[in-house]
Amino acid sequence: MASRGIRDRVAIVGMGCTRFGEHWDRGASDLLVEAALEACASAGTERDAVDAYWLGTLTSGRSGLLLSEPLKTGYKPITRVENFCATGSEALRNAAYAVACGAYDLVMAIGVEKLKDSGYSGLVSGAGVPTDGTQSSMTAPATFSLLAPAYAKKYGLGEDTLRHVLTRIACKNHANGARNPKAQYQRAVPAEAIESAPKVAGMLGVFDCSGVSDGAAAAILCRAEDAHKYSDSPLVIKALSLIAGPADGAKRQAYDYTFFPEVVASAADAYAQAGVRDARDEISMAEVHDCFTPTELVLMEDLGFSRRGNAWQDTLDGRFEIGGEQPVNPDGGLKSFGHPIGASGLRMMYEMWLQFRGEAGDRQVKSPKLGLTHNLGGAPGRCVSFVSVVGVN
Amino acid sequence: MAGRKPRRACDNTPTMAGILRYGSYVPYCRLRRSSMSSGGRGERSAASFDEDATSMAVEAGREALRNCEHAPTELLFASTSHAYAEKLNAAAVHAALDLPAEARSIDLASCSRSGLAALAIASRLKGSETALVCASDVVVGAPMGPRESGGGDAACAFLVGEGTEVVAAIAGAASRTEELLDVWRGPQQRFARQWEERFVQRRLVPALQAALESSLREAGLSARDLTRVAVDTSHRKIASSLARSAGLQATQFADDLQGTVGRAGAAHSGLLLANLLDSAEPGDKIAVVCAADGAEAVIVEATNHVASMRPRHSVAAWIGSKRSSLPYQTYLKWREILPFEAPRRPDPPRPAAPPMQRSERWKYAFVGSRCRSCGAANLPPQRVCVECGSVDDMDQSPFADATARVATYTVDHLAYSLQQPVVAAVVDFDQGGRFACELADVDPDKVAIGQELEMTFRRLYTSKGVRNYFWKARPRR
Repeated sequence: MASRGIRDRVAIVGMGCTRFGEHWDRGASDLLVEAALEACASAGTERDAVDAYWLGTLTSGRSGLLLSEPLKTGYKPITRVENFCATGSEALRNAAYAVACGAYDLVMAIGVEKLKDSGYSGLVSGAGVPTDGTQSSMTAPATFSLLAPAYAKKYGLGEDTLRHVLTRIACKNHANGARNPKAQYQRAVPAEAIESAPKVAGMLGVFDCSGVSDGAAAAILCRAEDAHKYSDSPLVIKALSLIAGPADGAKRQAYDYTFFPEVVASAADAYAQAGVRDARDEISMAEVHDCFTPTELVLMEDLGFSRRGNAWQDTLDGRFEIGGEQPVNPDGGLKSFGHPIGASGLRMMYEMWLQFRGEAGDRQVKSPKLGLTHNLGGAPGRCVSFVSVVGVN
Repeated sequence: MAGRKPRRACDNTPTMAGILRYGSYVPYCRLRRSSMSSGGRGERSAASFDEDATSMAVEAGREALRNCEHAPTELLFASTSHAYAEKLNAAAVHAALDLPAEARSIDLASCSRSGLAALAIASRLKGSETALVCASDVVVGAPMGPRESGGGDAACAFLVGEGTEVVAAIAGAASRTEELLDVWRGPQQRFARQWEERFVQRRLVPALQAALESSLREAGLSARDLTRVAVDTSHRKIASSLARSAGLQATQFADDLQGTVGRAGAAHSGLLLANLLDSAEPGDKIAVVCAADGAEAVIVEATNHVASMRPRHSVAAWIGSKRSSLPYQTYLKWREILPFEAPRRPDPPRPAAPPMQRSERWKYAFVGSRCRSCGAANLPPQRVCVECGSVDDMDQSPFADATARVATYTVDHLAYSLQQPVVAAVVDFDQGGRFACELADVDPDKVAIGQELEMTFRRLYTSKGVRNYFWKARPRR
């Protein structure tokens, strides 16, 4: 029994990503077509050359027909995948395995979400599984807001200090988004605006929450040895890990809401696959699942970027800013790039694609060695976690 | 399958018939009458937005059955505000109290006298039959009217049958029925109407007097033997008229709870009786009379067990545990008299019948499971132990009466609810086990980690006419 991984065996040779945001004039099929064609163009190939597709969406449609019909892919295998907010990463992971095992030569992973048509506030899951009516009615911000007081209590932070740390995270990601032409929010937000925003849940205000948005992103993958047929600077997959936890945080008194054991497990798995010994030292930059500001804080420790109880200090020290030692969410993250569920994991990879090719404009990280994407689905105590490590050969 | 065990076989201690146990419930919120458009003194109780006659009947029933070895063979549920017009309301009470499947359950409705009548009917049961009488009402009057300000919301429960430790013997019961246009409400009408007081009084006082005298005769007592008389009527002058005609002294009259609770429909007579039993001495003789569409009278005599068999909460304790600052507009919103702008979130889904049936003991009675291998509590019940992974090695384990503490919590401004914000908490039980749920009867500014909680049966929401009942935690009352 082992997680052997597929280190250096699969490469991303083309990517596409729509702008994220309120696309009132475009539906999920329009967004899919845009991302798919941009990815093909970026790989210098036609869509007819793509042998198989993995399509991720949480609520915007069902089955492979959601892609085959608008894109006119003909008679090709298309697998629809779903794994909460880690859906986009899950599409990528399964597509990569299909290439690695030799079943196909060229595949596409694509993710989409059309959230703004619902008219609801925040994220609403459309899954209509009949239930006994006893399920928790807590919203996503409410479940993640549980992290903040628990973290503050465990590490002896005053509420003001914690607020300052969370504000710093939101400020950073908004500032990064302001440098990104595809982000939903391309505007720096002052700390005072963040701290005086209307409350959503617990101590979380509107600016502590990721953007609810529409968007799509796509990647084209092939075996690493074929990569230079398509791209001069392919992005090589070093590790892919996906963990579904036992969802027992709200069942066992042992869980204290200051970390994600699923993230710790998926990070350990990914680092073993990639041969990473010290993530704080070896990971040059990361795109992480900052669905709410306390999530990013806790992830820095779960991913090994900060020692336990130190992420707040590292945050205040500027470690995770673009000019810092270990930039996190240089593209603005879920916070300001937006979070169209099925697309987000691939959007994270899109930033890696740009950064390793030196195409990230004025948010470019200097000579990255290894990049990490982290994608989370669910809630503290009840989630799936994805970690990838990527780089160049 | 149900958790309460059949009654123990009789030993040699002599048994008698009567009230074996009782309990009451007054919801947490009060409306000051001065804040209501109709004005008046004192305050009335107000069921929360997540309570109804069924959920409150469960709360009172739990009080009566706590640590009780008797399993009811009958459940009588009286109310004028049953949650369903068609569907056995007593069935949800039956499920929440985890009563044996063979217990017969029946609703009594449409008249505030039905609560006391149910107690009288239960007292006529023979032999090994034990009846749980629950009476519960949410009294909603037309805004600005006297029924709105004078009404109250409450519940009571009496376990009636034979046993060795009867709290009070039922010494006499009598009834009079009058076809009389006093209080009426059609099936499509939201609010009841009431005929002119003086006419009704003229008809009901003789009926009350006749019922009282019949019950006194059955008990072999005279009016002056009564320690206390509780009069349940929507016409206050009826009590003074009855006093004159029946030869009762002012000192015999009990508090009618008008100033603290309001008249709680079908639950009110029983609430008055419970309040008197809470402080009764052995040998006290108590008459409760109720005037509505005729009259009902029940006379009980407290036994030596009255002090040892009291419920955890007295009526006075419930009354004293309150939030008095409920704004009148909030009350109108809770009763869906004032329309409110729903949050921009999807309506909650209607729960489905098969999954509700599969998880009946969890959903209604809050029965979890406990691992035989490692002893870990599993909430909701699991096949595979959350702690040690043992498979299908669980005992069912009740948590409804378990005490708990806030492990962590949040105030959710986004969640769908008639009352925002929703306070949600991760709840750690003192007997082990954890569960995340909403908090009821809570001030969002006063929740704290470590705060003591107890479980309460609530109606989470109503969707497509289906009342979705489940449990919440509330600060200990």
